[in-house]
Amino acid sequence: MNNYKYLILRRISQLSLLFLYFGANAYGWTLLSGTISSSSILGTLPLSDPFAVLQMLAAGAVLSVDVLLGAVIIALFYGIIGGRAFCSWVCPVNMVTDGANWLRRKLYIDKIERKIWVSRNLRYYMIVIALLVSFITGLASFEIISPITILNRGVIFGFGAGAGLLVAIFIFDLFVLKNGWCGHICPLGGVHSIIGKYNLLRVAHTSENCTLCMKCKDICPEVQVLNMIGKRSESVIMPECTNCGRCVDVCDDDALGFDIRNYTKNNLEVTDENVN
Amino acid sequence: MIPDKQKDSRVKKEVKKVQITPRRRFLTSVAQGTGLGVMGGLLWAGYAEKAKGSTLTLRPPAALEEKDFLRTCIKCGLCAEACLHRESNIDKDTLKPRPATLKMAKAQDDATIGTPFFVPTDVPCYMCEDIPCVPVCPTGALDPSLVTNEQDELDFTMMDMGIAVVDPNSCIAFWGIQCDACYRACPLLDEAIKLEYGRNERTGKHAFLKPVVEMDICTGCGLCEKACVTEKPAIFIQPRELALGKPGDHYVKGWDQKDQKRVASQTGKDMTTKTQRSEEKVEDYLNSEVSYE
Repeated sequence: MNNYKYLILRRISQLSLLFLYFGANAYGWTLLSGTISSSSILGTLPLSDPFAVLQMLAAGAVLSVDVLLGAVIIALFYGIIGGRAFCSWVCPVNMVTDGANWLRRKLYIDKIERKIWVSRNLRYYMIVIALLVSFITGLASFEIISPITILNRGVIFGFGAGAGLLVAIFIFDLFVLKNGWCGHICPLGGVHSIIGKYNLLRVAHTSENCTLCMKCKDICPEVQVLNMIGKRSESVIMPECTNCGRCVDVCDDDALGFDIRNYTKNNLEVTDENVN
Repeated sequence: MIPDKQKDSRVKKEVKKVQITPRRRFLTSVAQGTGLGVMGGLLWAGYAEKAKGSTLTLRPPAALEEKDFLRTCIKCGLCAEACLHRESNIDKDTLKPRPATLKMAKAQDDATIGTPFFVPTDVPCYMCEDIPCVPVCPTGALDPSLVTNEQDELDFTMMDMGIAVVDPNSCIAFWGIQCDACYRACPLLDEAIKLEYGRNERTGKHAFLKPVVEMDICTGCGLCEKACVTEKPAIFIQPRELALGKPGDHYVKGWDQKDQKRVASQTGKDMTTKTQRSEEKVEDYLNSEVSYE
């Protein structure tokens, strides 16, 4: 029997954030105004996207304190607690690519397609290129093509021609490359992987309970992070894990669950091994 | 026939050539990645240059210069939301809230995607006294110091979004027909737009009341453009850097004390131009090539 606890919680989180942003523009609510690039809670506490700020600095912008403070707040939150949770609990494009993934499973595309191999480290190179292009052009380069902000702004201010990019990403993820956008290309996901590398909240595996059914590996959007399944009882330590909790949902054997990463054990050593 | 020895060495050489060392493998993969990165990066940079959009874009009040504005705006939309929900946003005629002046650019708009701009013919800037759109900017792309006066208050007369330009050929007031729609609509009445009186020579008994924009005072709010009665407005807002010229520092208004002070410390250089001919005196060469016979 499938369990959808974390999936439902994530959709509630993603949709309610969009709803609050929408209401801020449409009805003047102040709880969360702005967009995902930079927001304001109750008109006082700033929150901003650390990657956007980095690009703007690379482009040569002189920024005021508010936006820098906002980026630090976000980086601290994900760095200490959330890990890469932005991608699965906040980012609206996650719903688009999850939709493509769902349809992919329904159509058995995974089983039939001609596999294309693309390095999952591409996103880290994308970060470097994005910063270089920002530096050269004097314009935050990912922010002008980011489907994340296009979808977010579309919900708040109305969609334009940029919505075509979202359709393109859906089709790309569906027919061309599994988890193509979120799992390979998106540099913002890469930035959040780096920010959340040493966070506390992690999925933990108990290999004694595992029956090797591999349902978790089927559903995981970053399947390489589940390399310990059935082998070692330890936390998921690779930074690309988005804490989406789908593996916890689908596990029938109580072998996966959220836990606080225990730094007093030898987990740190394993981290380095796995990253290399 | 090739001697056996030579043959052997040739074969050996060829084998050596195709040997793939880890170093070669590494360098090739680096080159592959670099090629992909350079191609992608150049395409991306090319798109970014195009995406900077047109210089015709009108920005919110207190925006930095376009180049700096583009690199500093984080595209959060807080200014557009503040504009929509400003307290003064009530239409006096219908008593209903007005639409927002500031729009967030979509991909098809002629401005960088996600940046705020306005189109005066759709919704002009109503020049709110508290300028709600500026202080909310988290990045400083809208800089409150640009609209703060000496008393440390926000001053809406210091806004500088653009400048109104009159097309005298299509402005009916320039034809002699009486119209002062733009003059009346201007929030800085009789300051930013003045009426220039003139005699209509064609009829001999009528007057011209021509609208003339005071370039230093006009804020570019666009209320005049919105109010203009012609089919396509004969008075319209242009970005300042586009519509205004620049005389340069070396022209001095001899009748203006301020301008005199500006150049008071400057001294002219004693310049003499020397050519081949300046070796001789004028009288020596002036008539030398002409014979009078």
